[in-house]
Amino acid sequence: MIRMENVHKAFGDNRVLQGMNLEVPRGTSMVIIGGSGTGKSVALKCVLGLIKPDSGTIYVDGKDAAGTSDRDAFLARFGMLFQGGALFDSLPVWQNVAFRLLRGSLKRPVDEARAIAIEKLRRVGLKPEVADRFPAELSGGMQKRVGLARAIAAEPEIIFFDEPTTGLDPIMAGVINELIREIVTEMGATAMTITHDMTSVRAIADNVAMLHGGVIQWTGPVSEMDHSGDPYLDQFIHGRAEGPIEAVR
Amino acid sequence: MNPIGLLARLGRLALAVMASFGRVALFALQTASHILRPPYYPRELGVALLNIGWLSLPVVGLTAIFTGGALALQIYAGGARFNAEAVVPQIVAIGMVRELGPVLVGLMIAARVTSSIAAEIATMKVTEQIDALVTLSTHPMKYLTAPRVLAALITVPLLVGIGDIIGIMGGYTVATQNLGFNAAAYLKNTVDFLETRDVVSSLVKGAVFGVIAAVMGCYYGMNSGRGAQGVGRATKGSVEAAAVLILAANFVLTGVFFSI
Ligand SMILES: Nc1ncnc2c1ncn2[C@@H]1O[C@H](COP(=O)(O)OP(=O)(O)O)[C@@H](O)[C@H]1O
Ligand SMILES: [Mg+2]
Repeated sequence: MIRMENVHKAFGDNRVLQGMNLEVPRGTSMVIIGGSGTGKSVALKCVLGLIKPDSGTIYVDGKDAAGTSDRDAFLARFGMLFQGGALFDSLPVWQNVAFRLLRGSLKRPVDEARAIAIEKLRRVGLKPEVADRFPAELSGGMQKRVGLARAIAAEPEIIFFDEPTTGLDPIMAGVINELIREIVTEMGATAMTITHDMTSVRAIADNVAMLHGGVIQWTGPVSEMDHSGDPYLDQFIHGRAEGPIEAVR
Repeated sequence: MNPIGLLARLGRLALAVMASFGRVALFALQTASHILRPPYYPRELGVALLNIGWLSLPVVGLTAIFTGGALALQIYAGGARFNAEAVVPQIVAIGMVRELGPVLVGLMIAARVTSSIAAEIATMKVTEQIDALVTLSTHPMKYLTAPRVLAALITVPLLVGIGDIIGIMGGYTVATQNLGFNAAAYLKNTVDFLETRDVVSSLVKGAVFGVIAAVMGCYYGMNSGRGAQGVGRATKGSVEAAAVLILAANFVLTGVFFSI
């Protein structure tokens, strides 16, 4: 379980998170929505410790994440798909996917790691031929899916997906939505997904949280999203230019 | 401006300079500790040895051969003013081995290796690859910095040694082909004249300059700002810092080895 309590983060005078509270129960899928630049990616990075919050506490399984002594063991429980893919361009695709399986505490024999990598690539809709190419030779959508394969390769308990379907065609987006849903229901993983795509939200989410103005403006089960009565959420769901959220930010 | 204000500004500047020295020193110490403690990344080390050592050979060789040749011409011309043309082999040897070999190789490494390390790591930083490394339980300094600095520590002294020899051969070629020196006597004079201390100082300088070049590339890369502009600034800053520090370290090391 992940709990964020009163998390603040500013970059200079750009106050991004201003007291964010969020709870993600174990084995559920939380989707975070919100305008671009509201700090969704920053929030995920705070949980992973990639960005240090200015104040507030983040608990993972009841323990303060900032106080973990064994960072490696802590991070080994997580998988993360970065918004830009963040593939290592010096390594071929399969070594990107199998990165964790080729070194460190989860190390496997090379053949086995490669087989797992190819299987994960297949799950994100990529052919085995892609395995030996380099990331720079792939399209943006393919890079995104390789990033996704890397995030799930070691079958982590907690997975973060930062805009998994952005830049994908609708069919591929459907494949990825289904995959994320499967990972949560079959593997029992806890997922936090950032997306702007309302079809994705409905396909993936158990719970939805909307980030606006540095705080969680609304959160609840996905079934209640359509009649929340929250004007911010309504405007976002229906993509209206008019409403409480200013179009110029 | 009033004198107090000026003093305050000077003080702030001095503090800022000292703070950045402190940060670089801390970074170098952390690198050393990562080099010594497992896990090790032999594949990364292999790639770094290839990039920093082997692939630098052409530029080092060319730099050394032209410098050695020019040195021979200058010493011959200068020596002729007081009938001391015969010292060409000795002065070429001492000039190359003690000063020009290490300094020129060091500066070439700063141009070639520091810039490429800084640009590569800075690009990794701005494209979130460094963050990705962390989430994959891999320490960026252990995976990126340690192999590069270790590879520079191993290969740059060798490059300096090779540069010294090629530089002396450049002088030898010019002296025997154009200046009428006897080949065997030239080589004998060179070997007889050089002391162990000259050679040791050359290799020690190489090791120090190699570490400076690699550490500055990694430090600026890891601390890069955002975007393409951040990468550009990191690259420029790393080469400037490495070149100036190499020249300063050369002055200090020359003092240590030869002032007594
Ligand atoms: N490392 C950083 N340094 C400075 N500002 C940052 C950094 N990361 C994010 N920001 C700023 O924080 C704000 C939120 O960014 P982000 O979380 O990426 O937005 P989004 O909700 O679209 O994911 C933006 O204004 C961005 O410029
Ligand atoms: Mg984002």
